[in-house]
Amino acid sequence: MTTFTVNGETRTVDVPGDTPLLWVLRDELKLTGTKFGCGVAQCGACTVMLDGMTRRSCVTPVSTLEGADIRTIEGLDTPEAEAVQAAWTAIDVPQCGWCQSGQVVSAAALLYEIPNPTDEEIDQAMAGNICRCASYVRIRQAIKDAAKTLEG
Amino acid sequence: MTITQSRRNFLASSLGLVIAVSLPMRGRAQSGAALAFQPDGSTPTFAPNAFIRVAEDDTVTVIIKHIEFGQGPFTGLSTLVAEEMDADWGQMRAESAPADDEKYKNLLFGLQGTGGSTAMANSYTQMRKAGAAARAMLVQAAAEEWGVDASTISIAKGVLTSGSNTSTFGPLAAKAALLTPPEDPAVKDPKDFVLIGKDRPKLDSKAKSNGTAVFTMDMDLQDMEYVVIRHAPMLGGTVASFDDTEAMKVTGVTAVRQIPQGIAVYATSTYAALSGRNALTVEWDDSAAETRTSAQIMDDFAKLATSGEMKNAEENGDIDATLSEAAQVIEMEFRFPYLAHAPMEPLDAVIQVKDGSAETWGGFQFPGFDKQAVAGNLGLPVENVKLNVMLAGGSFGRRAQPSAQIGNEIGAIAKAAGRDGAWKLIWTREDDLAGGYYRPMTVHKMRGALDADGNILGWHDIVVNQSIMAGGPMEQMMQDGKDPTSYEGATKMPYDLANLRVDWVRAESVVPVLWWRSVGHTHTGYATEVFLDQLLEAGGKDPVQGRLDLLKDDMGRDRAVLERVAKMAGWDGTKVKGDKGYGVALHESFGTYVAQVAEVEDRNGFPHVTKVWCAVDCGVAVNPNVIRAQIEGGIGYGLGSVLFNAVTLGEGGVVQEQNFDTYRMIRINEMPAVEVEIIESTMDPTGIGEPGTPPVGPAVANAWRALTGTNVTTLPFMTPAGA
Repeated sequence: MTTFTVNGETRTVDVPGDTPLLWVLRDELKLTGTKFGCGVAQCGACTVMLDGMTRRSCVTPVSTLEGADIRTIEGLDTPEAEAVQAAWTAIDVPQCGWCQSGQVVSAAALLYEIPNPTDEEIDQAMAGNICRCASYVRIRQAIKDAAKTLEG
Repeated sequence: MTITQSRRNFLASSLGLVIAVSLPMRGRAQSGAALAFQPDGSTPTFAPNAFIRVAEDDTVTVIIKHIEFGQGPFTGLSTLVAEEMDADWGQMRAESAPADDEKYKNLLFGLQGTGGSTAMANSYTQMRKAGAAARAMLVQAAAEEWGVDASTISIAKGVLTSGSNTSTFGPLAAKAALLTPPEDPAVKDPKDFVLIGKDRPKLDSKAKSNGTAVFTMDMDLQDMEYVVIRHAPMLGGTVASFDDTEAMKVTGVTAVRQIPQGIAVYATSTYAALSGRNALTVEWDDSAAETRTSAQIMDDFAKLATSGEMKNAEENGDIDATLSEAAQVIEMEFRFPYLAHAPMEPLDAVIQVKDGSAETWGGFQFPGFDKQAVAGNLGLPVENVKLNVMLAGGSFGRRAQPSAQIGNEIGAIAKAAGRDGAWKLIWTREDDLAGGYYRPMTVHKMRGALDADGNILGWHDIVVNQSIMAGGPMEQMMQDGKDPTSYEGATKMPYDLANLRVDWVRAESVVPVLWWRSVGHTHTGYATEVFLDQLLEAGGKDPVQGRLDLLKDDMGRDRAVLERVAKMAGWDGTKVKGDKGYGVALHESFGTYVAQVAEVEDRNGFPHVTKVWCAVDCGVAVNPNVIRAQIEGGIGYGLGSVLFNAVTLGEGGVVQEQNFDTYRMIRINEMPAVEVEIIESTMDPTGIGEPGTPPVGPAVANAWRALTGTNVTTLPFMTPAGA
């Protein structure tokens, strides 16, 4: 049994300790906004916030999460996340959409750390998130747009 | 298990991917009523045809017959309907059509299907007429309601007006539903378009930015079990024997079954199924498998360019005489590897079997094939199978399966379970990359003849690869044993080459091959535009002016995109400026004309592409926003594969690239800036999902040769991890 917080709610799950958080979220807690893309922390589709940091949920065993605070795409409600999602929608970043939950989580985390990132900082922060549709041109633009919104 | 499509009669067509299919007669009459009922049986809605439903709350739902996997048919086809209905964009909704090869057929294929960048091309008139019919019926309903002449009624942004009478669509829906749809409603003159041709936000962007969009893998049914399959590690391998003792000990594993595709592990969670699969012991029979390494296969294919059976695909003049009399002959051999599509959502499907009926959900590109496969596996009449087409996390051709690969797998899983129930099939990335259905490995052996002044006199291209169409239901489309998807783009070039021959040699392997974003153009675009660039250079010609001079007189659309992109990039004939090299490529595919200029730097001996300019002519630009997005993405997709990707078969034919650590995806830091201009046109729209992909590789290769002197003829640029 492991007890942790997901999107502000206390959850207890009874699954083998090596079960990755990704499958706990998707199969047990029915939070399917977090996606499976590779299973080996190469693509970033499964990115969630864990105790305030981005984390690849596909390689995070549930046994390490006792007392952890997890935020998924369903529960992102920071000003950065809202600005990112609004910018994403405004310029139609998503194509197929499968990777975009992970992209949004990573972008919101970037703007929390660096409110006004340069192109290079965007590239560095987002290089762990693969988009097979290569929506990268718009990801760069939307992050800049969101940064402007946050500046006010 | 393969379901033969023998009842279907495929008719050959001379046009690339255009498929004509005559379906068996169906006993069911088409509904003539304009009424559709909500699933709960309560509110009737106005449904003038199979594509439109108008609800009392004013929402207009467009039933989209093409799968949405990012290329934009939800938005594009809804735009056509909204335009003709004079609806407000805010009231539009889109929904996937279920599998129905009659109602929802691709008018260019004759059955329901998405591919060959045909979604907009085949729907343009059909969906506009559907919208125009709905509009006419709403107008008629309003005329009767208000007691006015229909000609006095106008509509703008979803509001009908006549004098002091006004109404939105909803209040008129019930009345309109009782009317008979007009046979052949008039559509708008393009000069009156309000929505078509303008940027339009996509209908699915919000749900795809907040995690609420539901894909196949996100589905959850009551008492659903999760299933993964251990597939053979070599393509064409089969199970010799297996031991599931350890797998059955894994908590949550409920069953292990042998199915034709491998060993299926059933469990109460995905992770239990995966753990069970890891605990399996399987002995494989490789007697029917491809056991050559990919290096051996490539060498065998290259030999076929001289020793294989040539089938002539195109011929002008006398190439043999031209080559023997030429002042200079240049020869080049190009080698293209197998490529995986690698959609971000790995293949998957869900099925529910109950009381002799089955319902299936998945990202099916040819849903009729998969529906028949499910029925065939379960031994059910096809009428007892419902198949729902879901949003798919990418495809790039992978889900366009004449072999109904996933329909067969999910059907086999349900059959082997031997009971009613619900199952979700999940492929892992390893299943995906090692699973075959690759872009065909291809060799182009090319010879060009120049005269003493450097003019191109002759061109000979021998293409060697496996056929995509052979061995499946589409084989009947092949004429004289030739598969045009093997060499499309090497033929019908826009250039005036008086002495030209294109030959095709069909190579054999059991490695399954499939259309991969832009199909034959993935390699023909590269081989022809790099070779041409080399010939122009050898002849002392400018890459842009040399191409313009070679274009046939009637190739105005090619000319226009090439001139436009040269202007955008400020092309002045200088191929190297400072530390940057510049290269150009021009390639039409699927009726869409694309020219690109790439700007490339040398970073530690490897190309880094900083910018790509692109001019595109795809006819009427229904939604420029989607067109730009598809060009941007198509460039990234093509660039990543050219730089990094190859599927390598190692010892015994075992696929080496199992995940993204070795099958390397292009990442944001490797993505160039992209500038797109769309040529204004009144021609009917053509495709946009694929045509952005072919030119980027040759543009980059030409820039790289200008910058470094290195001609890259074996792809990818980077040595594959598995080689």
